[in-house]
Amino acid sequence: MLLIYCPYCEEERSELEFRHGGDAHIARPTNMADITDEEFQEFFFLRDNPKGLIFERWRHIHGCGRFFNAARDTVSDKFYMSYKAGQPKPDVPGVTSAAATNENTGGNAK
Amino acid sequence: MADQALRKAPLAGRHGGSAGARVTPAAPATRLSLRAGTDAIGTLSLAFGLELPQRPKTSASISGRHALWLGPDEWLLIDENGADLAGIAAGISALHSATDVSHRNTAILVSGPDAAAAIAAACPLDLGKTIFPVGAAARTVLGKIEIVLLRTGEEDYRVECWRSFSPYAFGMLVDGAEDAGL
Repeated sequence: MLLIYCPYCEEERSELEFRHGGDAHIARPTNMADITDEEFQEFFFLRDNPKGLIFERWRHIHGCGRFFNAARDTVSDKFYMSYKAGQPKPDVPGVTSAAATNENTGGNAK
Repeated sequence: MADQALRKAPLAGRHGGSAGARVTPAAPATRLSLRAGTDAIGTLSLAFGLELPQRPKTSASISGRHALWLGPDEWLLIDENGADLAGIAAGISALHSATDVSHRNTAILVSGPDAAAAIAAACPLDLGKTIFPVGAAARTVLGKIEIVLLRTGEEDYRVECWRSFSPYAFGMLVDGAEDAGL
């Protein structure tokens, strides 16, 4: 069973209490009515689905009920850190993002 | 035709458990789902007569009235003496949201030396003495349902669950109590 650290409950709780909420740090356009269909599609539907480090929203739905953000590895399922909603995207020590790894190795996973 | 509604307890007449853990339905109580910002906590605490807890997994209890921390701005208030909590909330001017959930929830009391083991049969929460001491409270899961757990004594727990889920919760706890006694 995975243990996930909830930044509001300030402790690790069972994964059974949490629900996944999709990618974090997706900026909603401020001029929603003016953007083109393609731009809307890019914002609304398209996600990177990286191999490795990903920043996601999670909700402690059967606990404190709060949304928060977490950095997770999509391969190993390891949670690197979690932080309160609204905080800027942090650096994960010792881990480079999937995009950077691809550039270094010429990987085609993207 | 009867012109008076009769209260029908959802778990009336049930009993179960083992030599190590008794599982009994709790008496009816009034309950309030309370939400408020930090600036209203002082006023609300004064009106309800107990300090609303502000730390995760904590509760406050005074003579049968309990306030359980559920989230950073959310509490579950329980009054075992049936006080009109919603009436008290109605007289508070500080900005808050209060919903009477007296009849949405029912409670099951689990007590005895195997009480923690009986609950742990279906609940992932760590019930150890240091991490979940007497007075600790948390919303969590029991099997496939959501519960609110309050540790009322060294060997006593109060399991709050939704009324329609209570037969499931009761059965789960009885099974857990029997397994714990093996």
